Amino acid sequence: MSVAFDEMTNADGSIRPAYAALSRWLSNVPPDVLDYRRREAEFIFRRIGITFAVYGESDAQERLIPFDIIPRILAGSEWRRLALGLEQRTKALNLYLKDIYSRREVLKAGVVPEDLVYQNPAFRPEMNGQKVPHDLYVHIAGIDVVRVDSETFYVLEDNARTPSGVSYMLENREIMMRLFPELFADNRVAPVENYTDELLATLKSLAPGTSNSDPAVVVLTPGIYNSAYYEHSFLADKLGVELVEGRDLFVRNDVVYMRTTEGPRRVDVIYRRLDDDFIDPLTFRPDSTLGVPGLMSAYNAGNVTLTNAVGTGVADDKAVYSYMPDIIRFYLGEEPLLKNVPTWRCREPDHLKYVLDHLNELVVKEVHGSGGYGMLIGPRADKAQIELFRAKLKQDPNNFIAQPTLALSTCPTFVEEGIAPRHVDLRPFVLTGSDKVRIVPGGLTRVALEAGSLVVNSSQGGGTKDTWVLEES
Amino acid sequence: MLSRTADNLYWLSRYMERADCLARILDVTQRLAQLPAAYGGSTNEWRSALLTAGCAEQFKLVYGDDISEQNVIAFLAFSPENPSSIRNCFEIARTNARSVRTALTMEMWETINSSWLELKRYSTKNMTHEELARFMAFVKETSLRFDGAAYRTMLRNDAFWFSRVGMYVERADNTARILDVKYHVLLPDSEHIGGPLDYFQWASILRSVSALTSFHWVYRESVKPWLVADLLILNAQMPRSLTSCYQNITRYLDDIANFYGRQGGSQRLARSTLTRLGNSRMEDIFQTGLHEYIDTFVTENNRLGSIVNEQYLL
Repeated sequence: MSVAFDEMTNADGSIRPAYAALSRWLSNVPPDVLDYRRREAEFIFRRIGITFAVYGESDAQERLIPFDIIPRILAGSEWRRLALGLEQRTKALNLYLKDIYSRREVLKAGVVPEDLVYQNPAFRPEMNGQKVPHDLYVHIAGIDVVRVDSETFYVLEDNARTPSGVSYMLENREIMMRLFPELFADNRVAPVENYTDELLATLKSLAPGTSNSDPAVVVLTPGIYNSAYYEHSFLADKLGVELVEGRDLFVRNDVVYMRTTEGPRRVDVIYRRLDDDFIDPLTFRPDSTLGVPGLMSAYNAGNVTLTNAVGTGVADDKAVYSYMPDIIRFYLGEEPLLKNVPTWRCREPDHLKYVLDHLNELVVKEVHGSGGYGMLIGPRADKAQIELFRAKLKQDPNNFIAQPTLALSTCPTFVEEGIAPRHVDLRPFVLTGSDKVRIVPGGLTRVALEAGSLVVNSSQGGGTKDTWVLEES
Repeated sequence: MLSRTADNLYWLSRYMERADCLARILDVTQRLAQLPAAYGGSTNEWRSALLTAGCAEQFKLVYGDDISEQNVIAFLAFSPENPSSIRNCFEIARTNARSVRTALTMEMWETINSSWLELKRYSTKNMTHEELARFMAFVKETSLRFDGAAYRTMLRNDAFWFSRVGMYVERADNTARILDVKYHVLLPDSEHIGGPLDYFQWASILRSVSALTSFHWVYRESVKPWLVADLLILNAQMPRSLTSCYQNITRYLDDIANFYGRQGGSQRLARSTLTRLGNSRMEDIFQTGLHEYIDTFVTENNRLGSIVNEQYLL
């Protein structure tokens, strides 16, 4: 693997402009101060963690996601380019979903193979021909991007269902501002704390036509045993809306109400953090006790907005991913501003042959997998693992894609041996309302804390960083 | 406000209060049981604790007739099989607190969460008397902190009022039950009413609700059964008395009704109970029987609980 692009330091040792102030500060600050602040950050997080989110009910283990105190920095110009690409991609996702559940021009034109839709477990036939409010499906998208050089961002994955992590973006910033006020004085960092205001404006703009002038918005959570419960309560708190569970809602005459101490109150927009399968036992899984019986009929009657819409999963799995550049061209008549990672679709025989011949160089992923599980990282795998995947690939090629191992960019990170480069990715959040698209400058940077590791998932030892977008003065 | 949120706050406060009461019941029982055998050797104190806590039947399912000190303490304080054990109270309180995290203040949450964590440090088997005393103090302390945190930090809105209603309904129930301990603890035949053992039993009851000093301040007399009952039932100065609890319940239910612009069954029942307390005289209560009076009260108080539930929490 070639040497990865470092976002702070060029190959010749010079410092990239966005990092100038940070680099000066890093070289002046005594290591014990850094260490002290790191422990302070951990203490604050633990407190917030205990306060909000105690994971693992059994003995209140606080499974905190490690936080790295060195920020990841993007120049304003870099961010603007990235943001345009994110907006373009999200627009295409919405047009694609509208098309898939109505006229299906994209299938007729042969841009996307039919079986990728019809045989996709996330495809919801119940949504065929259903009009959704404002024709929008993906209101809150998390688009994972990685960087390989100073010019190039790749989209790694689209998350169009219930992307999480935004609470870390907000809390990381909060902590950084508390711990390093002097750094914020030296850098003009674009704020992110207006995210929840933007989210509320987005959600309200999506209210169905039949709702009151001031629509009632709620956050729907599976409940306290869900691992992201903390984020759900955090968001409801910041949005100033009720955090409801399925049992707090009921449907009468195709209108959704919540049970309050003053009797039923109408609900217009549901920001649901519950998967399609569970939202309505009358339509989807009948054994779901987390959902609301009759919700789909209220939805189909146009009396409530679900964000994200039902059935968006058909647009974000890894097999569809490889068609995204064509999907963008098809709907928008534009060239994609953000690149896709080159992807071999194992469903195509010549691609499969290439993949089988190059297993030791490639990353092989399950089409529906997530969280960094069920994947093979060729260059790091031993013979047995490679042979295991060879067998899997031959047995069910449709279930896999393969990509080259990317030299993900690195950022300076505070680890045991001091400050060292570690690989990072970025999940910005794209909000699509009926009025406009909103993207706060930043996102969640995930960092692989182990030297050389490319796996940034928190379930596998990844950490997070505050992400700064600098405003040029 | 979501009915579930109100329900969670109401029960959260009830369970915190109940934990406190259980600790007090165990406290008073231990005092009674420590009486020298020469004083009569009555051995039914631990049975009385079960009756007072209202869980004699569940106990029988788990331990049969083996009503030993150790078993009763294990059952009332720690048993997962007892839905109202102190441990379960804290656990339910914490689960409720998590699901209404947004309706609690940081201080309330931290009290609940840290005490739940600390609870695990107490071993459940073979506690020495000293350990048990420390445990009791911890439980009472937690309840105090929670109450204080709620009082000092919550917004005065329906969230606060529902949690207060829950606390006072539970406290009224508990005061009545503690007072009833005396009914269940029999005086041995050799003892007579007003004798030293009788005196000691009444004093223990006062002590268990931290009211022995108050008693002397209010009555300036030696401890007498009808005065103890007066203090815990009728005396509005006494913050645990049934009258005081119902003054508070009435007030907070009225706050809720005014806020929502609608009165209902719970407001009417609370007012009528308060009026009845106001019209009671100790002579009459003892004439008809203290135990019977308390029994009727506990039933009415439970009925208020279910009306509050129907009116707001479903």
